Amino acid sequence: MKRYIPAIVLIILSAGLIAAGIIMHQPESILHKAIRICMECIGLG
Amino acid sequence: MDRKKIRFGIQAAATLIQNANFKGFFTGRIYEGASKSVCVPGLNCYSCPGAIGSCPIGSLQSFLSGIKFKFPYYVLGLLIFFGAVLGRAVCGFLCPFGFLQDLIYKIPFYKKNKFAIDKFLRYLKYAVLLILVIILPMTFNLTPFFCKYVCPEGTLAGVMLAAADEKVRTVLGPLFNWKLILLLIFIVTGLIVRRPFCKYVCPLGAIYGFFNKVALYRMTCDKSKCINCGACAKACQMNVDPSKTPNSMECIRCGECLDKCPAGALHMGFCKSKVKAESKAVKGE
Repeated sequence: MKRYIPAIVLIILSAGLIAAGIIMHQPESILHKAIRICMECIGLG
Repeated sequence: MDRKKIRFGIQAAATLIQNANFKGFFTGRIYEGASKSVCVPGLNCYSCPGAIGSCPIGSLQSFLSGIKFKFPYYVLGLLIFFGAVLGRAVCGFLCPFGFLQDLIYKIPFYKKNKFAIDKFLRYLKYAVLLILVIILPMTFNLTPFFCKYVCPEGTLAGVMLAAADEKVRTVLGPLFNWKLILLLIFIVTGLIVRRPFCKYVCPLGAIYGFFNKVALYRMTCDKSKCINCGACAKACQMNVDPSKTPNSMECIRCGECLDKCPAGALHMGFCKSKVKAESKAVKGE
C-alpha cells in the first residue's frame, strides 16, 4: 500500500487543481479556443 | 488474445474515440461541442477535423501565451491526474500520434533502434518542453511555439483540413511547408526507428515520463525469478533495460519485454504486484 501513497497524493493534488481551474472558468477558455481552427497549429499562422 | 492484439485494439479504439467527429474529415469543419473543454490524455490537435477533445499541450500553451498570464490549474491538474494513474502508459495505449508511429513502424523496412547518439537525443524532449512549450510562449505572448513550429500532429490536422476544404488549400504557405517537411522526417525516420517523435521530441511524453516511477500503472521485476539473460533489454525498442529500471522515464509500457522474458519475472498492471506476494512466499513470510 505504501508504494501507492505518492500516486494517491498526486491524484488528490490533481483533483484540487482541476477544481480550482473549474472555479476560474478555465474549461470555458479552452473550449473557446478549441472550437476555432488554430491557424498556427495547422501551419497557416 | 495476446497482449499485442489487446494493445492494438485499445490504441485503435482510443484513436477513434478521440476523433469521433467522423463527418469533419469530409466537410473540413472542426467539432464545436462542449466536450472540447476537456483535455484528452494523448497528443491530438484540437484543430483536427475529427477531434472531440482538446490537446493538453495546445491548451497548456494557450494559457501560458495569453496576453494576461493565467496559471493553467485545470490543464496541469488533468496532466497530473493522467500521469499519476497511467504514467507513460498514455503513450503506449492512448496517444493517437503514438499509434500512427506504431503503424508506420510495422511497415517492413530496415530497422535500427540502438545507435550512438540515441542517449543524447533523449534529452531533446525536455528542452522542447522547457523552451518551446513553457519559456518562449510565456515570453512572447500569443505564440504557441511548439504547436506553431514543431507539432506534427497539428500538421496532420492541417493536411486533413486542406484535403477537405479548398479555402484552406489556397492559404498554405512557407510555415505549412516547414511543418510538412518535419512531419515527413518523422514519418520516414519512423520506418527505421520506433517512435522517433515520442523518443526525442514529444513534450507530453517528457511530462508523463516524470510520473512513471510513482504511477498506479507500473512494472515490476521479480529479482528472485530474473535470470539476467538480457532478453527484455534486447526486446525493448525504447532502449530500456526493464530488469534494471522497470519504471524508466522512457518506458511506454508497450509490454514487448514481458512477452520475451523466459522466466516470467516481469509484471505490469494496476493490481498489487504478484512479485511482492511471490517474494514473500519465497522468504516464507
